[in-house]
Amino acid sequence: MLDLRQYQSLQEALRDALETFRNHVCLIESDRGRERHRLTYGQFREQAQPLARALQDAGLGAEPDPTAPANRAAILMTNQSRWLLAAYAIHSSGGVLVPLDYKLTGREQLALLAHSQARYLITEWFLWQQITRSEGFADFRPRCVVVTDAPADAELCGAVRWEEFVARGAGREPVFRPRRRSDWACIVYSSGTGGRPKGCVLTHDNYLEQCWSLTRWYPFWPGVRYLSILPTNHAIDFMVGYIGPFVCGAAVVHLRTLRPEFVREAFVTYRITYVSLVPMVLKNLERGLRQRLQELSPLQRRLFAGLVGLNRALTRDRPRPWLSRRLLPSIHRAFGGELRAIIVGGAFSDPQTLQFFYDLGIPVANGYGLTEACTAVTVNNLKPFRADTVGQPLPGVEVRIVDPDADGIGEVAVRGRNVMSHYLNDPELTAETIRDGWLYTGDLGRLDPDGHLRLFGRKKNMIVTAGGKNIYPEDVEAFFEGLPVKEFCIFAANYIWPARTLGDEQLVLVVRPEPEPEQTGREALHRELAARNRRLLDYKRVHGYLVWTHDFPRTVSMKIKRDVLAAEIRAAVERSAVVPL
Amino acid sequence: MRTVEQTLEEILNLAAEHFRVPRGQLSPDDDFFKALRLDSLQALELLTRLEQHFGVELPDYEFQGVTDFRTLADRIQARL
Repeated sequence: MLDLRQYQSLQEALRDALETFRNHVCLIESDRGRERHRLTYGQFREQAQPLARALQDAGLGAEPDPTAPANRAAILMTNQSRWLLAAYAIHSSGGVLVPLDYKLTGREQLALLAHSQARYLITEWFLWQQITRSEGFADFRPRCVVVTDAPADAELCGAVRWEEFVARGAGREPVFRPRRRSDWACIVYSSGTGGRPKGCVLTHDNYLEQCWSLTRWYPFWPGVRYLSILPTNHAIDFMVGYIGPFVCGAAVVHLRTLRPEFVREAFVTYRITYVSLVPMVLKNLERGLRQRLQELSPLQRRLFAGLVGLNRALTRDRPRPWLSRRLLPSIHRAFGGELRAIIVGGAFSDPQTLQFFYDLGIPVANGYGLTEACTAVTVNNLKPFRADTVGQPLPGVEVRIVDPDADGIGEVAVRGRNVMSHYLNDPELTAETIRDGWLYTGDLGRLDPDGHLRLFGRKKNMIVTAGGKNIYPEDVEAFFEGLPVKEFCIFAANYIWPARTLGDEQLVLVVRPEPEPEQTGREALHRELAARNRRLLDYKRVHGYLVWTHDFPRTVSMKIKRDVLAAEIRAAVERSAVVPL
Repeated sequence: MRTVEQTLEEILNLAAEHFRVPRGQLSPDDDFFKALRLDSLQALELLTRLEQHFGVELPDYEFQGVTDFRTLADRIQARL
């Protein structure tokens, strides 16, 4: 692995990686078991260079101020090798990368493009089509849009095909523009597509330090094959599916079709070493495995349980992959036989699920992180494995509990070189979130005497779904605009009624009806709420509503004082008063 | 060769049968995530079922952002 401490910017480290590991496999892209691309680090460089040159010809990186909007370029793509080629081309040109979530709607993409002020967009034709048909497209004025996967007869709406664009830069060496550690590397949106976009500005120092500390606990090396399933725009995959493997010379495997049958096949075909998953997918895997175990005969089941028990006893202090593979060969064969760990993050993981996999000899590296802290704050280093905590702070990262109660539980604050610079264009929110160098996470936790962090809920008004999506109630409120009520507001249920758990988080709609409503009015309201709720995507739906008959407390500028309202509700009614929708 | 209307009709029938929703509740411009109450994994299951029915391959990336039956039918029609 490269010594990251000697580099000033990501592009310098990555450039050296492409040279150092030039003969090692860097990227494999497969679609339905058919391999479409296989690139060595040397070939990756050859393919990225003309793209960088073409971007530079279009003006990327030329502004003297490295943070200027004209130096910002967005990537909006599903996981594929061109995602990483584009990222390298943007950074090596001196650009600031804005990774966008391909699962958002076209309108949401446009809102984030406008907020980030990115002047360049590299995307897929099908996603581009979604944008061009969205309200607000007429106001989008990029310098250049490059699209991949466009059918021959596609209407490109001003975009340029990837192949044509790359050909423009062929045969000419791009200018390599290094940056300083304190310069911006990426603007990553943690949430806020509706009300207040939260664009985390992460520096080269953030990424280099975070990568250095993560790879001390979870090293990659040439020969490691990482299966990239989580979207690369997500902080976890960007780090462990790009920066981490690249600076160590490992290979990244992309699948263009993520159906369960092809994912299963990829584990075996490519003998995957690491994979990252969100808890929801891990839970599905567990369900599938349990189902298969149920199909065994009673005798086979007893035998299997005995082997699992033996494996658990022999791996209590640390994982012993070779031993586990011999004890439980059929399980390990199904995962390709070389899986060393599943990295899980983005949301709360059920300790029982983590233990289930560990007992089978498949360690789950569960941790805790947030985009504001680059990727990870704590990770379980498996020495020994603990399912009940989210691990210990990574090297170089400090965690403290602010104002702990009698049980030692308080807000988790984080300090370290992984903490973002600021929120883009939002000094007020930045000042609220980062104080005296400490990032206030809004999550509640407790540190064990041995330094392990346990999480107990949230102080902030938000939820994280099992699929790893951050949902801010303010963002869902827009879908209820125009309700026939005097006023309304959405809360995370645990914000009103604090619960010391992070599983199964829900949203609650609080409505203040017009004065003296008739019963029929209430019924109509219920129907209206249920109808609107049905129109929302499942993960944005509110769990239920609460009728509140007092005026909402408001600031002088008429903003709802959410904390005061939550306290009033808490003092007056129980959570059971919520009417399910 | 099917017309796009026939393709659409077949998709609606198949979705209703596979996810056990009364056919009368589904219409072409419905958001299928909401009408069928699908999560992202079930949406992939729907694509696999449609591939088997129409005998074509439907790459995931072509269906990013597709949420209504009509657009789904258009995309499938382009591959028939």
